[in-house]
Amino acid sequence: MIIKHPLLGPRDAAEFVYLGDANMIKRPEGFGENVEEAMYEHVYLRENPAGEHHELWYHEQGDRSWLVVTRNTLTHEISSVELARDVARRKGRSK
Amino acid sequence: MSQSNRIDGGQIDRSRTLKFQFNERWLTAHPGDTLASALLANAVRLVGRSFKYHRPRGIFSAGSEEPSALVQLRKGAALEPNTRATTIEMFEGLSATSQNHRGSLEHDILAVNDLLSPFLSAGFYYKTFMWPKAFWEKLYEPIIRSAAGLGKLSGMEDPDTYDHGYLHCDVVIIGAGPAGLAAALAAGRAGLRVILADEDFRMGGRLNAETYAVDGMDGADWALGVIAELAIMNNVRLMKRTTIYGAYDHGIFGALERMTDHLPDSGDKPRQVLWRIYSKRAILAAGATERSMAFGNNDRPGIMLAGSVRTYVNRFGVAPGRKIAVFTNNDDGLKTAEDLRAKGIDVTRIIDAREGDVVVNTNGRKGLNTIFLNRGRHVEADCLAVSGGWSPNVHLSSHHRGRPEWRDDIAAFVPGGELPPGMVVAGAAAGTMTLAATLAEGHEVATRVATDLGKSGSLATAPRASDEIFATAPIWHVKESKHRAWVDLQNDVTTKDITQSYREGFRSVEHLKRYTTLGMATEQGKTSNMLGLAVMADASGKTIPETGTTIFRPPYSPVAIGAFAGRARGKNFRPTRRTPSHNWANENGASFVEAGMWKRAEWYARPGEKSWRDSVDREVKATRNGVGICDVTTLGKIDIQGHDAAEFINKIYANAFLKLPTGKVRYGLMLREDGTVYDDGTTARLSETHFVMTTTTANAVLVLRNLEFARQCLWPDLDVHLISTTDAWAQFSVAGPKSRALMQKVVDDLDLSNEAFPFMACTTCTVFGGTPARLFRISFSGELAYEIAVPARYGDAMIRAMMAAGEELDLTPYGTEALGVMRIEKGHVAGNELNGQTDARMIGLGNMVSRKKDFIGAALLDRPEQVREDGLQLVGLRPIDQDVILTAGAHFFVEGDPEDMAHDQGWMTSVAYSPELGHSIGLGFLKRGRDRHGERLRAFSPIRGQDVMVEVCSPHHIDPEGDRQRG
Repeated sequence: MIIKHPLLGPRDAAEFVYLGDANMIKRPEGFGENVEEAMYEHVYLRENPAGEHHELWYHEQGDRSWLVVTRNTLTHEISSVELARDVARRKGRSK
Repeated sequence: MSQSNRIDGGQIDRSRTLKFQFNERWLTAHPGDTLASALLANAVRLVGRSFKYHRPRGIFSAGSEEPSALVQLRKGAALEPNTRATTIEMFEGLSATSQNHRGSLEHDILAVNDLLSPFLSAGFYYKTFMWPKAFWEKLYEPIIRSAAGLGKLSGMEDPDTYDHGYLHCDVVIIGAGPAGLAAALAAGRAGLRVILADEDFRMGGRLNAETYAVDGMDGADWALGVIAELAIMNNVRLMKRTTIYGAYDHGIFGALERMTDHLPDSGDKPRQVLWRIYSKRAILAAGATERSMAFGNNDRPGIMLAGSVRTYVNRFGVAPGRKIAVFTNNDDGLKTAEDLRAKGIDVTRIIDAREGDVVVNTNGRKGLNTIFLNRGRHVEADCLAVSGGWSPNVHLSSHHRGRPEWRDDIAAFVPGGELPPGMVVAGAAAGTMTLAATLAEGHEVATRVATDLGKSGSLATAPRASDEIFATAPIWHVKESKHRAWVDLQNDVTTKDITQSYREGFRSVEHLKRYTTLGMATEQGKTSNMLGLAVMADASGKTIPETGTTIFRPPYSPVAIGAFAGRARGKNFRPTRRTPSHNWANENGASFVEAGMWKRAEWYARPGEKSWRDSVDREVKATRNGVGICDVTTLGKIDIQGHDAAEFINKIYANAFLKLPTGKVRYGLMLREDGTVYDDGTTARLSETHFVMTTTTANAVLVLRNLEFARQCLWPDLDVHLISTTDAWAQFSVAGPKSRALMQKVVDDLDLSNEAFPFMACTTCTVFGGTPARLFRISFSGELAYEIAVPARYGDAMIRAMMAAGEELDLTPYGTEALGVMRIEKGHVAGNELNGQTDARMIGLGNMVSRKKDFIGAALLDRPEQVREDGLQLVGLRPIDQDVILTAGAHFFVEGDPEDMAHDQGWMTSVAYSPELGHSIGLGFLKRGRDRHGERLRAFSPIRGQDVMVEVCSPHHIDPEGDRQRG
C-alpha cells in the first residue's frame, strides 16, 4: 500500500506501524468518579468495519507522525490521510 | 550425435552445441532450447513419476503451466526440486534428475500404488488414518511423510544470493506476446515510462510458437523488430525472464527476475531479484493457457497440449513424436495438423470431438503407442496433441476482488468483477482469442492509457494480421470412457475423484479443491481447474458458471523463499547493534548476549576461570566490595523538552513527576491504559524544560511510539518535543563502595560528597578535562553507584580512560549476568517480573501510584482481579537446604497439598546464586506473599524434575534498608 503522507507525500506502507481504530484518540478522562466504564469501552471495544475505517498509522521509519488514514478495509482504497494531531484538535483535544 | 527428434527451423542457435545431463546421462542441445525441448529432441519421453500413483509422466506443455515434467535441477547445495523442465533455459553442463520414484525412474517400486488406486481415492488420508489414535504419531505420519512430496531438498544451505529492488513506471505491461508487444509499442511511442515483463527468456509469446504473419512478415520476426525498437527507447524497460507474480495494493506489483538461472554459474551475482514495481496503470496481457480433455488413460507420456506441440515444432525445431494424432474440440487444434504436415511429420489422425469422434483409451506403458477411439477404432501414435480450448490467464485480475466471469462463446472464464484499480486486460487474457483482434486490442488499450495519463495520441497504428477462425465446443469429458481419466496430472486427481467428492457432499469448488487436492502445488490449477469445474458441473447438473470458479491468489508461479528473504539472512537477518565499549570488551575476554538486537557483554572471563559462574561471582563480589563498571548504553533514552515537559511526563508515569526538582532523578512506573505495568526506568530533570527518560532495553522503541501517540493524539497542544537519544550517549554504570573515589577522579571540578551530590542527584558536567558528560547518582545494584554518559563517539575512549583511572581501585568490568544477580539480590523487578500481566500492587509499588491525577492507566487500577484479597505479591525465596540451586518457573505449594491449579500458590520468576549470601536466591509471585515471610513452601518444577523446600522472605535479599546506595 501507499500512504499519501500530508507532509512527505506518497510513502510505502512498510515505513509505517499500524495501530488500529482512530477512536483511540478519544480517550476519556481517567481521573474522577465513575470513569471505569468509559475507559473500559475505550480500552477494549474497537470499531472493525468491513468498509470505510478511520485508522491510526505511525510513520516510525520516517518523521514519527501519527496519521489518521481513512481506508476501505475491503478494497484498501485510501480516501484521506490527515495528521492525527489535526484530527485530535478537531475532536476537542488540547492539553 | 543424438537429437534424433530434431527437425528443421526454430529459434535455436544451431551453430553451438551444449552438453547436459539427465539422470547422469550426457545429451546435447542448442542455445535457445529449454530442458523440455532438449529432452524431446533426444527422444526422452519418460521424465518423472506422478504424485500419488507413481504413474509414468512425460512432458505435457511448453510453459510455466507444466504439471508433469518436474525435475530436480543442479547438484549439491544448489539443487532445486520441483523445477518445471519446460521453463528451464538450457546452459552448458546443466544437470537434472527425475524425482518422486524409489529405485530408478524406469522401475519405480512405488508404482504399486497404481494397483492400489481403488483404495487411494479422494480423501483416503482422512478416512484411513483415523484410528487407532496411537498409530498416528509412530506409524502413519512417518509413512505418509516419507511418501509425500515430490522432489527432495538438498538439506544444505542455499549457496546463492538473492536481492530486492524497486522500480517505478507509468504502465507495467504483463506479458510480451502479441497484445503486450502492441501495447508496449503504443505506450512507448506515446512517451510513457513502460515496463514490459515476460516470464520467458524470449519475448514474443505465441508469435514464436505459431506460423502467423504480422504486418506482412513472419510473426516471430515481427516480434524481434518490435523488441529492437522498444530496446532503444529510454522510457521503456524490457524485463525478460521476469514473472509478475502478484498484484498488490495501489498499483504495486511483485516481480521475480531470474538473473543467472540460465547460466552455468551465477558468478557471485544475485541469482534472482525480487522487484517491487510501483505503477500508475497495468496492462494484463498474460495470454491464455490451453487445457486438456478428460479421457481414459490421458496421462501417458506423449499426450501433450496441441499448442505446445506447435511450440516444440515451430519454436524449438523438435518433433515431439513421429506419428502424431490430434484430438480437439476447436479449430485451434486443427492448426496443429497443418503445422505438423508443413514440417513433414506424419499426422496419423485428426479426431474432432465436435464431429462425435472421441478418444476413449490409450495404451503404452512408459509412453503412448496406441489410441483407442469410440466405435471400436484405434490409431497408432507416439504423440497425441490434445486441445480442449484455451483458458485466459485471468490470475492477476483476481488478486484483489475480481471474480472471473463466464463467456459461453469461448467456453472460458474471462476477467470480471473488480479488477485491481488501474488494471486493464488485453488480448487472450481478456478472452480475445484471435491474433488480429489481439494486436488491435493491445494497441487500443495502451493508447487509452496514454491519453488517460495525459500523453496525447500515439503516432503508431495498430499492427495488422489476418484473423484465423476460432470456434470451440464445450466438450470436456469423454463419458464413453470406462478407464480412469485424469483431471489434474500433478496431483493424480481423476474424474472419479471429483464425482465421488461431490457425492460425499463437497459442493463448493473450494471444498472440492481441498478434499481432492485438485489444483494444488506448483501447477495451481493452470491446466486442471477448468476441467475439474466442468466435471463437477456435470455431476451436479448445473452449468459451469453456476458451479463457480476458484479465485487465484499470488504467486502466479512458484517463488523461492530465498527470493523473498533477499539479503535478509544470516547476519543480515536483522541489524547488529554494538555498544560503544564493544571493541574494548572484545579485547578483554567478554562473551556477548543478544538483547534487543544489541550485543551486550554477559561476563568477562579471566584466565583460570572454569565456568561462567566463576566469572560472574567474581564480578559481583568485586563490585559489592570495591567498584565495578558496566556498559548500560542499551537502555532506551528519550530526550523530552518543552515548557510542558513536566506536565507531559506526569501524564505518562503513574507516580507524581510534576514537582521533580531540577538536578534530580526519579524512578518512574509506566502503565498501560488497562492498569498493567508496561515499563519502568528513571527520568532525570536537567533543567526546568528538559528531561531525560530511560526505558528498558527491550521497550526503547515502543515507549517512544507510545509517547508520540500521547503527545500527538491525546494532548496535542502540550508544548513538548521528543527524540530518541539511545544511540547518542554512551552510558556506564559505576557501582560499589569505591565508586565515589573513582568518579571523583573522572569528573572535572565537581564535589561528589554525599551532601553535594546525594542519591538521585543528576547534573551535566565534564570529564577527563573537558569532555561533555551527564552524571546521575542512581543504582540498580543497590550499591553506592553512578551512571556517567558521554557523547557516543567518546564511548570507546571513555571506557579505556575509566579503566586506566580505576586501576589503583581494582575497577572490575561486569556484564549482564552480574547485573542480573545484583538486581535479584536487591529485589528489583525486570522482564521476568514485568511480563505484561503484572500490576503495581504485585511488585509492591501500589502506594507509589498516584490517586491524585490522570495518567495512562489511572482509570482501571481497581478492577476485581487486581484488588482480590489473595492477590499475587512479590517475595524473595531461599532454599532451606543451602546447597540447592533454585529453578525459575517452579510453582509453590503448601506441603501436603496436591500439585494442581486449585492449590497453586504462585511461581518463581527469577533465580540467581548470591555470592554475598553464599546460596541460591529467588524472586517470585506468591498469593498474599507479603504476609507470608518466614513460611516454608514446596517449590515444585515437574519440567526440571525439582521438588524442594523454600523459605519465603523479603525480595530485598541484601541491604533491605537501602543504606548502601544512599551512603
